[in-house]
Amino acid sequence: MKRLIEANGWTAGLVGLLVLLLVATKLIQPDFGISGLDNLARSALPFALATVGMAVVVIAGGIDLSIAAMMAVASVTAAVLMDGASDGQAVFAVLAVLVLGLAMGALNGALIVLTRVPDIVVTLAMLFVWQGVALLILNAPGGGAAPWLRALIVGGVTLPGVPAALTEWLPRGFVFLAVIVAAVWWPIRRSKLGLMFYAVGSDPQAAYRSGVPVGRVRVAAYAVCGLFAALGGLAVTMATGIGEPIPGPYLLASVAAVVLGGVVLGGGRGGILGPILAVLILRLVRMDLTLMSVDPNAAAIVEGLIMVAVVMFGGVLAMRGARHGSRG
Amino acid sequence: MEAAVDRPGPMARAARLMVDYPLIPLVGLLVGLVAVLEVMQPGVVNERWLSNTIKFAIPLAMLAACQTLTMLTGGIDLSIGTVATISAYVTATATPIIGAPGAIGIAMACALAVGLVNGIGVAFARVHPLIMTLGTGLIATGFLLVYQRSVISTGTEYPALLVWLGTGRTWGLPNGLALFVPFAVLILWAQRRTGFGRLLYAIGSNEAAARLSGVRVWQVHLALYALSGVIAGLAGLLYLGMVKTASLSLALPLDLPSVAAAVIGGTSIFGGRGGYGGTILGALILTVLATMLTLLQMPEGGRRILYGAIILAVTALYIRLTDRS
Amino acid sequence: MTLDPAPPAALLDARGVAKRFGAVVALRDASLQVAPGQIVALMGANGAGKSTFVKILTGALRPDAGHVRIRGQDSTVASPAGARRSGLVPVYQEPSLIPDLSVADNLRLGDTPVDRFRHWVTELGLPDLRQDAMIRALPLASLRILDLARALAAEPDVLLLDEMTAALPTDLVARVLAVVRAQADAGRSVIYVSHRFTEIAAICDRATVLRDGLTVGDLAIEPGIEDKIVEMMLGSAISAAAAPRRTARTAAQQIPRLKVRGLATGTRLTDVSLDIRPGEVLGVVALEGQGQDELFDVLAGNRRATTGTVEVDGRPMTFAHPADAIAAGLTLVPGDRAHALLMQRSVRENIALPLLARFATWGAVPMRDEQARVDAAIDRLQIDTRAQGEVRRLSGGNQQKVTIARWIAKGVNTLLLFDPTRGIDIRTKRQIYTLVRDLADQGAAVLFYTSELVEVRLACDRVVVIFGGRVVDLIDAADADEPTLMRAAYGLTEKTGATA
Repeated sequence: MKRLIEANGWTAGLVGLLVLLLVATKLIQPDFGISGLDNLARSALPFALATVGMAVVVIAGGIDLSIAAMMAVASVTAAVLMDGASDGQAVFAVLAVLVLGLAMGALNGALIVLTRVPDIVVTLAMLFVWQGVALLILNAPGGGAAPWLRALIVGGVTLPGVPAALTEWLPRGFVFLAVIVAAVWWPIRRSKLGLMFYAVGSDPQAAYRSGVPVGRVRVAAYAVCGLFAALGGLAVTMATGIGEPIPGPYLLASVAAVVLGGVVLGGGRGGILGPILAVLILRLVRMDLTLMSVDPNAAAIVEGLIMVAVVMFGGVLAMRGARHGSRG
Repeated sequence: MEAAVDRPGPMARAARLMVDYPLIPLVGLLVGLVAVLEVMQPGVVNERWLSNTIKFAIPLAMLAACQTLTMLTGGIDLSIGTVATISAYVTATATPIIGAPGAIGIAMACALAVGLVNGIGVAFARVHPLIMTLGTGLIATGFLLVYQRSVISTGTEYPALLVWLGTGRTWGLPNGLALFVPFAVLILWAQRRTGFGRLLYAIGSNEAAARLSGVRVWQVHLALYALSGVIAGLAGLLYLGMVKTASLSLALPLDLPSVAAAVIGGTSIFGGRGGYGGTILGALILTVLATMLTLLQMPEGGRRILYGAIILAVTALYIRLTDRS
Repeated sequence: MTLDPAPPAALLDARGVAKRFGAVVALRDASLQVAPGQIVALMGANGAGKSTFVKILTGALRPDAGHVRIRGQDSTVASPAGARRSGLVPVYQEPSLIPDLSVADNLRLGDTPVDRFRHWVTELGLPDLRQDAMIRALPLASLRILDLARALAAEPDVLLLDEMTAALPTDLVARVLAVVRAQADAGRSVIYVSHRFTEIAAICDRATVLRDGLTVGDLAIEPGIEDKIVEMMLGSAISAAAAPRRTARTAAQQIPRLKVRGLATGTRLTDVSLDIRPGEVLGVVALEGQGQDELFDVLAGNRRATTGTVEVDGRPMTFAHPADAIAAGLTLVPGDRAHALLMQRSVRENIALPLLARFATWGAVPMRDEQARVDAAIDRLQIDTRAQGEVRRLSGGNQQKVTIARWIAKGVNTLLLFDPTRGIDIRTKRQIYTLVRDLADQGAAVLFYTSELVEVRLACDRVVVIFGGRVVDLIDAADADEPTLMRAAYGLTEKTGATA
């Protein structure tokens, strides 16, 4: 029992914090309701997808500084392909972008494994490369997005046969996120590949000696990150209706959310749920500050302070844990 | 000890030369790039170009010093771009109000403050430096923007000393060298010949072993990040003198290149290996590279791609040649 | 190369194996043959090429020349998975389980059959192991057993054990040896890499000896073969007889250099009291996990005691940080070289480290003084600095010397040695014993923990035995033969008042 609490204590804490924030939001703005949740979902979606991608890579012991740039590439590619295209072609565009994401991530991973240059350096260099690619595809915001795609994340959920009042409050954005995570991450998590991600993140030497193909596993982890980056870029285009070649603030936000979500930067520990909760918390904080008419710059201070405070607190806790640790 | 050493072949000898004297291939690369530049546009490499290149490389090299020192311990400092920007902005906007010395004093105090906060986070709360410095950078940016609101009407003034350092030329060389050369000499000497410098290498190599040898690691971390902040502040002042604009994103574009310069220069991101000599060369290489890319008249996108690809290629080559596994 | 004729149906046949790394030749012509049902010991001094050979056998490295055949099939593959497929399963010195996964997850990862695994785990003495236990939470000895159980569950044709018993307490060692012998009796083969003569004599059929990258001998194990093997390893006729026994010094009136009373840490150290006098070498003997790790950690300032007192030269002390202990003259040489050395830095930087540790020494380094001290230490310990550059490249023995040299350079007052000769070749071991005696003769006090009982008489004056976190016996070196020590280590001789 104790172990269960230990393992999920951090996540439980995050859930509690989120609930508190929602209550606070309701207090700040009493008519915060369906549209408010909808707004939150739509603004958080790209951040959440970026965070999931980053979390996967960090669990496998790496990091990808080029994630925001990959999102930009995905965003502009989708916008260019969907501009003036038919609905059917739009489906093809989406698939193409997803494959592109996998390819970008896989390239990052392959370069890291083959050149043996540390991941921070490789992804730093690739950050420039992907930025450049995005600019080459579209050197200013533009392009278009298929209307049916945009509708996927706008508004509440309607299910046939179920009264609208029950499901309308659930933003499509959340459902979209949940479905994607369930469809992509759950199967991986339960499979041997997921176990190998954790193994490689925890101790690559031991993993190698246990017969894990460490190189290929890392490439897979970066590929999954690329996939989620592509989804995130798609989400940006879906939300704004156009493609954006300049990377947004997703790198810092995703790293912060991953750490806040209880995933250890060294790898091997943590899950996806924590970081997603952390993203929601951070976006909600920002939304609350806006609602309270706080200067957006001051909002940045608050966000930064929260991040630093939580991480310092987490660091102190981890130290205490290690001191009374089990290995004696 | 392994069995007898046989006579190495030429390839192996070259590799060993590069391991023992890692600056040689970097100098070679630099010279090579300059040669390519000359070929691309004959006559471009002249005294004026040389002076300009050095001038623009200096702030990058100073910021890269922060990265070199922190990377030696296995850390990193991603707040320096912000710190340099703050230092510049505060100086520019406070000089009309309280005069240059006062403004510079306040600016450096801000830089030191950020560095200390970083140091406290890393030393006591054991936060990973990547996270800590990203966070303080974010907080500091917020403060900067709030400050900006309050001085929006006061106007800007650039202290004469800084302008002289930033734009002036003496005997064909940029005046910035008057600041940079003593700075570089100090860092180069300190990294190998002072206890503090050696401890940076020791902590980066094996923190637990350092502790068992009696090193109080928190002291070193605290001093290190505070120093990093101060250096970034200085770099910001110099940069202000160079560009003479009070901009809110002045030094931010130098953030990532400062890491690149240190890495190209052979400083390992895991710690324990590298040094400032290589970093200076790395900064020069990156600056020359930027010139080359401008000359190529490529679209911005193409230039970025080449920049990233070259950084990757250089570091991959370096690792391949000096592989010590 | 002298080879007794190998049995015709060798299960594993490695011949003519050569390997070089750049300019360094690790192996020239190494060979090894193992017949079915045989246990062959692979022996050699550090630097003889043993670890390279092992890596080639297990597929972690490709040889430049020669071949490795298992059951006639060429198995010179370049991956552990490949070697495994051809029937050779290794158990490395370092644990190969994933720390952040549970036992069950680790088994799943390696496709290990669970019931066979559990059978072996029970056979090897850990029947209460929980499948959901986190590897990170288990002690090192358990991890070694788990590695072995996992290897056995794979039903290997050839089992390669690399220093299997290095971190194991005596009771588990006995079980391991029994299980290994049983494997051979069942027709499987074992390659047993070890420095421990007693174990090799107990279970091995043959021994292959490497020296300078060559196989210099392949002999059958008989009583008294140790001398010949040592001669082969050292390359000269050095008698394996014990070095002159240390004569106990009578200094009962002196104030003890170190006086420990009732020391406890709330985990495994419960109540330890002992005295060490200047000029004395006090041995510590204990089964794994009896509190000796914590004792050394507390004395080195790396951990706080919950109760108890420590007095240095009569003055009570508490240490909050290793720097405090060092200031009081207590310096630790840890058991794991990886904890003590800056692997990427040079020998000199490693040795000079404590000289620069304090805030006061952050300024300019006094180069000449440092050079003199470092050179003196290198000389005294006869450290081989031919392999220039990183300490990483030195052999285990030389690395160990560097960890000791560090304190020689700083100045030795009270030296805490934790298993300093683990995994070290004989030549270096002897040098360390001599050094320890010299240091004591010059007035240092030495606390010497060893997991090899024979060492006690070679280096120590007296020895305390720790069991269950407390001192259960205090024996003079003259009386400290293996059976006595063993009994005491198991807590079979409970004596009170073990301080003299």
